[in-house]
Amino acid sequence: MIQNDVIQTIEMIKDQHLDIRTITVHISLFDCISDDVETVCKKVYGKILNKAGKLIEVADYIQSKYGIPIVNKRVSVTPISLIGAASGGYSQIGLTLDKVAEEIGIDFIGGYSALVQKGMTESEKDFIKTIPYVLKNTKKLCSSVNIGSTKAGINMDAVKLVGKVIKETAELTANEGCIGCAKFVAFANAVEDNPFMAGSFNGIGEGDLVINVGISGPGVVKTALTHAKGKPCDEMANIIKKTAFKITRVGELVAREAAQMLGGTFGIVDLSLAPTPNRGDSVAEVLEEMGLSSVGIPGTTACLAMLNDAVKKGGTMASAHVGGLSGAFIPVSEDLGMIDAVNNGTLCIEKLEAMTAVCSVGLDMIAIPGDTSAETISAIIADEAAIGVINNKTTAVRVIPVIGKKEGTIEFGGLLGHAPIMPLKKGDSSEFVLRGGRIPAPMHSYKN
Amino acid sequence: MKAIVSVLGKDKKGIIAKVSNALYENDCNILDISQTIMQSNYFTMLMMVETGDKTISEVNDALSKIADEMAVEIRIQHENIFTSMNSI
Repeated sequence: MIQNDVIQTIEMIKDQHLDIRTITVHISLFDCISDDVETVCKKVYGKILNKAGKLIEVADYIQSKYGIPIVNKRVSVTPISLIGAASGGYSQIGLTLDKVAEEIGIDFIGGYSALVQKGMTESEKDFIKTIPYVLKNTKKLCSSVNIGSTKAGINMDAVKLVGKVIKETAELTANEGCIGCAKFVAFANAVEDNPFMAGSFNGIGEGDLVINVGISGPGVVKTALTHAKGKPCDEMANIIKKTAFKITRVGELVAREAAQMLGGTFGIVDLSLAPTPNRGDSVAEVLEEMGLSSVGIPGTTACLAMLNDAVKKGGTMASAHVGGLSGAFIPVSEDLGMIDAVNNGTLCIEKLEAMTAVCSVGLDMIAIPGDTSAETISAIIADEAAIGVINNKTTAVRVIPVIGKKEGTIEFGGLLGHAPIMPLKKGDSSEFVLRGGRIPAPMHSYKN
Repeated sequence: MKAIVSVLGKDKKGIIAKVSNALYENDCNILDISQTIMQSNYFTMLMMVETGDKTISEVNDALSKIADEMAVEIRIQHENIFTSMNSI
């Protein structure tokens, strides 16, 4: 083993914030379905306790063995809109999920979700309406709704409903910094094996017990790029690829070991450059290292596109199964460089929207004025979904209407950070949103 | 299992002695050592060790005490994290 390689690995962990962002245990709950909600809750509680009860112990062991921090331990389950369809009582199942998450000591549990990209059943409508109440009354539960796909188009009835859900969730959790909205995401082209919250769930085509690992390291990529000053873009892309390869290898190592220890199957490694609110752990700083004086200025979208693509290419070579979202995340509140760019006026929500066309997710952790109407929130979701549906990629919206505030900053704390409230263009989109119906799937989706 | 012990910090007397002794007391066999002083006074030592009856976490606890005492950074990590990152 070459001494320099060892030192480099140690420095990545010690100085450049390389970490395993999450070990997420994906559990199928199909065998918990019953027409009696008490039975469903009992089975759900028992199965999660049985399958993921040792997750903390396993993560602590792996962390100690390899000397790499494992930041989050999470569980994701089959969308509850399906598991509770026969019994009803969705809220009760949601509260049960939160209780078992508390019991086993994990950070988050995901899957209070519905997949309504083409149509909604009456029970799915009932389920979606419970989301604000459930997010108000739980701490660790995360929720998501898939409202569009390249194959199906965009379900505008669902978009309309989800706008209301976000506004109501903000109002119900107004005393806690509207935190409920940080635990909810609206998707287009949602992936079934994503280990990152708030949008993680166990897809219906997935197995019974699957271990997916999310690994991060924007600081590592930034440091690698400091050696590429003045080099042409293709050389810079190669450096990112090599770095992404190394990072993903660690994810693969951890995922396989965790899967074996928990008696599950290794699913995927999701290599996503996910920032934290720490200096040196920022995607914005990576973009700035590429040659931009501030993120948001002309050149930002091109740099982000190259970063996202190079990350995917490097990761693909490093693991048998790369999946999830894999790319660069651009959440505003969780990235100090993004916050700086908003505060100094170089980054606005319209530029962020353009950036989401070339990176792995969407408008993420963005605080908006509290008087934004439900219809305007729906219109933001429709815009973002259109980018995903037309470009055949995942997009998402996680916005937080800050009730009672039109400007300023909101503090979420921890990994969620703090967010400056971003202004929206004035105007009224309600006539469009209230039409409902479905935006047809794009021409290029008809491949059969 | 094979693990890498790394010691990074300012050079001072007794680092190798104390780390080697702690490894001996915790049933570790030292297979290889490389040590350099970089940038005039910056001490770097890497050891390949074979752990015995003690868990990596127990060895780590013993090494952490020395790290605090001598104001250096000491880590013990399973060798696979290094090999997986640096080989195809």
